[in-house]
Amino acid sequence: MTVALEAQGLGKKYGKRWALSDCTLDIPAGRVVGLVGPNGAGKTTLLNLAVGQIQPSAGSIRVLGGRPAEGPAQLAKVGYVAQDTPTYAALSVADHLKLGARLNPSWDDALARKRIERLRLDPGHKAGKLSGGQRAQLALTLGIAKRPELLILDEPVAALDPLARREFLQGLMEAAVEHSLGVVLSSHLVSDLERTCDYLIVIVESRVRVAGDVDDLLASHHRLTGPRRDPSTLPADQHIVSESHTDRQSTLIVRTDAPIHDPAWTVGQVGLEDLVLAYMSAEQARPTLEAVR
Amino acid sequence: MIEFHLDSDSGVSPYMQLVRQVKHALRLDLLREGEQLPTVKDVVAQLAINPNTVLKAYRELEHEGLVAPRPGLGTFVTRTLAGNSLAAHGPLRKDLERWLAKARLAGMDDESIEALFMTTFRSAGQEEIA
Repeated sequence: MTVALEAQGLGKKYGKRWALSDCTLDIPAGRVVGLVGPNGAGKTTLLNLAVGQIQPSAGSIRVLGGRPAEGPAQLAKVGYVAQDTPTYAALSVADHLKLGARLNPSWDDALARKRIERLRLDPGHKAGKLSGGQRAQLALTLGIAKRPELLILDEPVAALDPLARREFLQGLMEAAVEHSLGVVLSSHLVSDLERTCDYLIVIVESRVRVAGDVDDLLASHHRLTGPRRDPSTLPADQHIVSESHTDRQSTLIVRTDAPIHDPAWTVGQVGLEDLVLAYMSAEQARPTLEAVR
Repeated sequence: MIEFHLDSDSGVSPYMQLVRQVKHALRLDLLREGEQLPTVKDVVAQLAINPNTVLKAYRELEHEGLVAPRPGLGTFVTRTLAGNSLAAHGPLRKDLERWLAKARLAGMDDESIEALFMTTFRSAGQEEIA
């Protein structure tokens, strides 16, 4: 199987601060990958490294087998819709398509025109006069008509209202099927990614907390509730993601591939949103663990 | 043709919701042998969901022998679930409607009706097993 994105000990340092550190990933091709984490966690840094806009301070990254931005072939294979889906305010919709055609050797003009028509965008309209949702759709059109193998989008729907958000994701998913397009998109909201992604990366405070196939992640995480107990007494194969305790009760979210037999626990499923939140809150709850490791 | 919808609060995975909706339509004869399921592209574009979710649902239905893909054309229903019981649906529905009218006359609200139906349904199921 080909690999969409492969990172080994990847890191990026700005001054003394690591914006991304020790990032090791192996993402299969043809997936819709969700990159989720709080603002400032390092999502944009990872995406900028993937498209070659910045260079790593440590480790290595390969995208579709090549070094990011290494030569025209690599640039043609990877599309990028940067944060807030930027367009040129003074240029018309038609100008954007002309620019796309000029800059991209594999530009699919028929596809671009069809999409613009279906979105009922006036080609003569200046991008600066479009609504947020329309601008996002224009940026998406440019990304799709470039006909990349992998399309990377940084927080594409963060600024959109719920309807525009849905329409954007509909267009993106449709393109993923129609053109066998691999997709990586970031968001600070799990709900945007829940239906659309089949592979998830959670990144918190510059580190990848968990990454994997969504179905596998859901199957291997469990919520355990039962009488209060010391988590260190758990079997070694049950990795604790988060824990909370009252005087009498313990609630844990654990990751394990083995079934849980301990009758003291009530075992429940963990939804994607809860799973992500568990990883996000884990760092704050147990700061010492990270220091020891 | 069937149109899918997703309930994000149901706690049922999206792929399973699609499977259930097809089976439901087959049971109620809303979807018949030879009819086509929406293409993956159509479902994805309508619901803004991951293509693999739809593929997984269709594979599951195929595995159960209910649908089959025809290369280049789409996925088609190969078997119905309505079966011989379909003729009985009309009279049974009439009975149920009469029963519902009685329940309302007795002053029951929707939730009490549903609760009564479900407990009766379950206990009858258990008796059958026993």
